[in-house]
Amino acid sequence: MGDAVPFWRAVLDAAKDQRGGKLDIDLSGAKVVDGAIMSLLVELRAELARRGVSSKLVGASHEVEPIVQLYEKTEDKAADGSAKSTPRVGLVERVGRGTGAVADAARRLVVFTGELAFSVFGVFRKPRRTDLGRIPLLVAQAGTDGLPIVLLLNFLVGVVMAYQSSNALRLYGANVYVSDLVGISVTRELCPLMTAIIMSGRSGAAFAAELGTMTVQEELDALRTIGLSPQRWLVVPRVAALVLVAPVLTLLGDVMAVSGGGAVAALSLSIGPRAYLSELRGSVLPSDVWTGLVKSAVFGAAIAFIGCQQGFATTGGASGVGRRTTAAVVTSLFTIVFIDTGMTVFFRVFGK
Amino acid sequence: MITVKDLTVGWSGNPVLEHASFEVEGGEIFAILGRSGSGKSTLFRFLVGLEEPLAGSIELRGVGAPRLVGGKPTFGVMFQGGALFGDMTVGENVALPLEIWTQLPRQAVLAIARGKLRLVGLEAAKDKLPSDLSGGMLKRAAIARAMALEPSLLFLDEPSSGLDPVTSAELDALMVTLCRSLGVTVVVVTHDLGSILGIVDRAIVLDRAEKRIVATGSPAELQKSQDRRVHAFFSRTVEPSGKS
Repeated sequence: MGDAVPFWRAVLDAAKDQRGGKLDIDLSGAKVVDGAIMSLLVELRAELARRGVSSKLVGASHEVEPIVQLYEKTEDKAADGSAKSTPRVGLVERVGRGTGAVADAARRLVVFTGELAFSVFGVFRKPRRTDLGRIPLLVAQAGTDGLPIVLLLNFLVGVVMAYQSSNALRLYGANVYVSDLVGISVTRELCPLMTAIIMSGRSGAAFAAELGTMTVQEELDALRTIGLSPQRWLVVPRVAALVLVAPVLTLLGDVMAVSGGGAVAALSLSIGPRAYLSELRGSVLPSDVWTGLVKSAVFGAAIAFIGCQQGFATTGGASGVGRRTTAAVVTSLFTIVFIDTGMTVFFRVFGK
Repeated sequence: MITVKDLTVGWSGNPVLEHASFEVEGGEIFAILGRSGSGKSTLFRFLVGLEEPLAGSIELRGVGAPRLVGGKPTFGVMFQGGALFGDMTVGENVALPLEIWTQLPRQAVLAIARGKLRLVGLEAAKDKLPSDLSGGMLKRAAIARAMALEPSLLFLDEPSSGLDPVTSAELDALMVTLCRSLGVTVVVVTHDLGSILGIVDRAIVLDRAEKRIVATGSPAELQKSQDRRVHAFFSRTVEPSGKS
């Protein structure tokens, strides 16, 4: 194979002006010919044939003859392959295929949503057909395993919020209002969002990967042949787990975030803990807290739904699982922000 | 036991098998044979109710197409890779159908599961996870799970794929035991002739180019077939046209 490059240049050079007629390729000088050289010769003969040149391999020695015969048998397939090369797909066809793919994805999403809704009602009628015993384990994985990072990141969110606002507040002598700013923003928006983002990356991705693997290994089909609905057996417990866990994590995150803000208030704004907490109690209403908790529960349901739906839609083996896991995280993040916008407007309009 | 009439299966605009008609008698071992890409596994999915046919009908015991989910399974299925649930032990996998579809107490469920595993020679593996099992053990465990509810009909998808000849022979012997001793009708999808011809009662041969059944009969009848495609399949040769 090390001689392939100069060899290829040499034969192309010799054949470049050939049009029609006959050409013999003399192998008598070749003591050893390997598969790479033979493959190049087959390609050369196919190109010559397209130009109307009839060619033959001649003079092959006794040692070289077997490999020449072997590759000559593949020449028909090489000629067929080049003649039947895949035609380029036009723009209109690509748009059509893309539209069809979107429509198909939308159809599968609607079917999945409907089956899940049906399954949720079915849980109360026949709870044995739901893997309810899995919920504590899922709560532990999504909740306790994720707690350290949720606490740390929300603490840092509180720190950042207080720091970013400290200059402006100090300018107007409004230092004490740092607790209002931190308290209301983290309870209503930032902690639910940050907790959801973390859960999306941990739990949403995990659900997509796990269920995607089950899909490609036919385990979902096996569930169906046992008479179990995969939505009821697998998806309902996961949605329930995240709906339970998300508000709890958010509430703990709220505590850490206001603590972070309090630390900055004490160190940078000379606001002591007592003054900070007193102002906090006056500014943050219960409605601010439960607004954030309701958002969290909705985010949790959406993350679980999307992770499971992407897992169920997996095709294409291990690479498909990877693609769907990534899609689950990206789609969850987009959906969370979308839902947050809608719920924020809703709560403001209806006075909460 | 199974009646298939004028069945066309595949996906919209792309049928892989057309106008297929055949019957499977109760108590026999029936094979669906054909080369790779001939539609065997697709037909399998339609027979067990995982997909809807494009045309035609399938009847199980004269009562219409198999209906999954929502009702107690009337047959058992073994998938090509076993499809055991990875987060459950082998014993829990086998016990699951019993827990869902019977009112038996837990102790009885576990005893029956152990009995099924004993039948397939895997009682010692009941506490292992599927990831700890070899290929042959996975398939035997999957058969035990498929037999949990005492079905009279069993579907097996490529049971010998990925197995060495000895393990494959053990699985064949198990199929014969299930059929002859327990009266289970066994429908096997396979392309492994060496394994299946010694045990099967009747078979059909699918052809991928023509997208239809090209032969039906006992192994002896099929091996004597004058049809060039059937002959090429059974003699494991390239067809006279040079296509392989």
